[in-house]
Amino acid sequence: MPDMLRYAGQFVFLAMIMVVIGYFSSQPVYLQIPDGMAQIKLSFSHGGARKVDCRKLTVKELAALPPTKRRPNTCGRERIPVHVQLVLDGQLLYDELLEATGLWNDGPSRTYKKLIVPAGPHVVVARLRDTKRQSGFDYEVSQDVTLEPFQNLAIDFKADAGGFQFR
Amino acid sequence: MSALRLALHRCVDLTENALGWLFPPAWNPVLNLGALGFFFYWIITVSGIYIYIFFDTGVQNAYQSIEYMTHEQWYLAGIMRSLHRYASDALIIVMLLHLVREFARDRCRGVRWFSWVTGVPVLVMVYFAGISGYWLVWDKLAQYVAIVSTEWLDMLGIFGQPIARNFLSPDALESRFFTLMIFMHIAIPLIALAILWIHLQRVTKPRINPPRGLALSVFAALMALSLIHPALSQAPADLAVVPGKVGLDWFYLPLYPLLETLPGNLTWGLAGCFLVIMIAIPWLPPMKRALPAAVDLDNCNGCARCYNDCPYNAITLVARTDGRAFEREPLVNPAYCVACGLCAGSCPTSMPFRRLSALSPGIDLQERTIASLRDQTEEVAGGLTGPGRIMVFGCDDGPALKRVASQSIGIVPVVCLGQLPPTFIDYVLSRNLADGVMLTGCSENSCTARFGIEWTKQRLAGERDPHLRNRVPRERLRTLWAGAAGTGALQQALVEFSSELASATPDVRAAPPPTCSPATMETQDA
Repeated sequence: MPDMLRYAGQFVFLAMIMVVIGYFSSQPVYLQIPDGMAQIKLSFSHGGARKVDCRKLTVKELAALPPTKRRPNTCGRERIPVHVQLVLDGQLLYDELLEATGLWNDGPSRTYKKLIVPAGPHVVVARLRDTKRQSGFDYEVSQDVTLEPFQNLAIDFKADAGGFQFR
Repeated sequence: MSALRLALHRCVDLTENALGWLFPPAWNPVLNLGALGFFFYWIITVSGIYIYIFFDTGVQNAYQSIEYMTHEQWYLAGIMRSLHRYASDALIIVMLLHLVREFARDRCRGVRWFSWVTGVPVLVMVYFAGISGYWLVWDKLAQYVAIVSTEWLDMLGIFGQPIARNFLSPDALESRFFTLMIFMHIAIPLIALAILWIHLQRVTKPRINPPRGLALSVFAALMALSLIHPALSQAPADLAVVPGKVGLDWFYLPLYPLLETLPGNLTWGLAGCFLVIMIAIPWLPPMKRALPAAVDLDNCNGCARCYNDCPYNAITLVARTDGRAFEREPLVNPAYCVACGLCAGSCPTSMPFRRLSALSPGIDLQERTIASLRDQTEEVAGGLTGPGRIMVFGCDDGPALKRVASQSIGIVPVVCLGQLPPTFIDYVLSRNLADGVMLTGCSENSCTARFGIEWTKQRLAGERDPHLRNRVPRERLRTLWAGAAGTGALQQALVEFSSELASATPDVRAAPPPTCSPATMETQDA
């Protein structure tokens, strides 16, 4: 092959490689969620009530303990599951009984849930039960929100701060 | 697995040959993948050091600092940023091609498992390093990468708190996270470099620098791309908004959309299986290993030629153990020896003229010995007729020798051309076993045993021991480095060579036998 043709071929080859690199380094564009949709992200880490309530140790029980291990109360390690619900415009979107984490079920219950919903005005209701009650919820909040397309509405839960937090 | 390997082998051959039309053998990019990988690594390192000077690791300022580099100081920091990104993408390309090529050429099984297995973590680390780099820009893409990565890690269930909660809302994010990421982005490539050093431990003279011309061409191409199409940030990250439309770097992030949509158990399971299979490939199936080279101390004076020529660090020189008056002797490590025979080809005692004693070189393969090579050469020569007889010595990975054999073309396969001592050419021609000799094997710069072609060329040119003797008429010797796909080229070359020999030489069949006795020849060559 003549040298000039060879050089031209090398140029074209390297140019093609650079076009491939330049293009695929940012194209084609990936659409994470469809147009006109928004996202609700529900995430929290919260411990449910203990399965066996704390109680005071009796004098006899205290006496049986080594002096260095004596404490006034005793508590069961295991925690009950946390029940959480998310309702959008009256429609149940998420309903989960979150088991306590940890080998002995003594850690907090956790969730991290992404829900894709249409953008626009909505009524969002979040409920959570962390006690042994059989019905109803310990925390409930209802909020009117208007979600823009691609908006991310984060819903956190912090018992210390009064319950659900919409961000 | 072997069908896949064969199919890929053909593809690799076609690509190598196609590029062989454009590039001289030393410049062929497919034959310099590992060296190009190192070259891109250095570009990434230098450009990375420069842009780190201007980079602010704070969550609020990271984006602005990169925008400054891209737009205000575009002429230097901006170009450096583009080089950093595009060289990283190019690194992925050459790394994956290198992996496919080594698999296709079956250079990962047997004793070569070590280089393959140590290459796998490098592959993973380069991906980690690249992904952590995208994170630092803190634009929409960074936000997407950060969230999908942490969500995927959380699926393992080993973290006390889900780390994706760090990106729940704008107020949740802290600059400490960026400090951690920049640390990872610097530390991981350094660890990868250390593993690369281990990766190269079982090969001698590893080619870690591409030829200067190729390096300059590639660098110029990267520079041109950086100027014409500079790397830009996307919109700044905003955790209150889903990234939505993201321009992904498909070299690093092609699986991210799947990580997001497929169940965590499945993606982690697939990732684990992929990793296990990658590591297990050298044993899928286990290679039937040829016996390693063996040393015969009675014929070895410890000249170190085999030590110098071994491409796989399989030979070390140790103190003499047989009491003879030589300082050293070679010691073959069977775990490293691929039985390529280059050591036998380098041994000055691999002398086919030798008749008074058995042809037993100082170092030789146990299964395909130099003595058997001589026997085969003589047997093949006995069947050659007609003018323009040619003896073809070809390696196992070169053109299909059986397809070129005829009454006037004899074929003698060798493990690698480097196994053939130059004295064999002298032997064939001076003993009138053929009118010409053709050496053929792998494509140039693509020798399966790494240095077979290079050493052969140097031996023929008198630049490397053992030399081809001056008395050998060079016009009766041809070489063709064409690879497995070069059978047609070999046929064509043989036709031309044969007719050339037939017209140039008298009918040697009627010529008298050589005047010198075997004993004289042995003395001359010894």
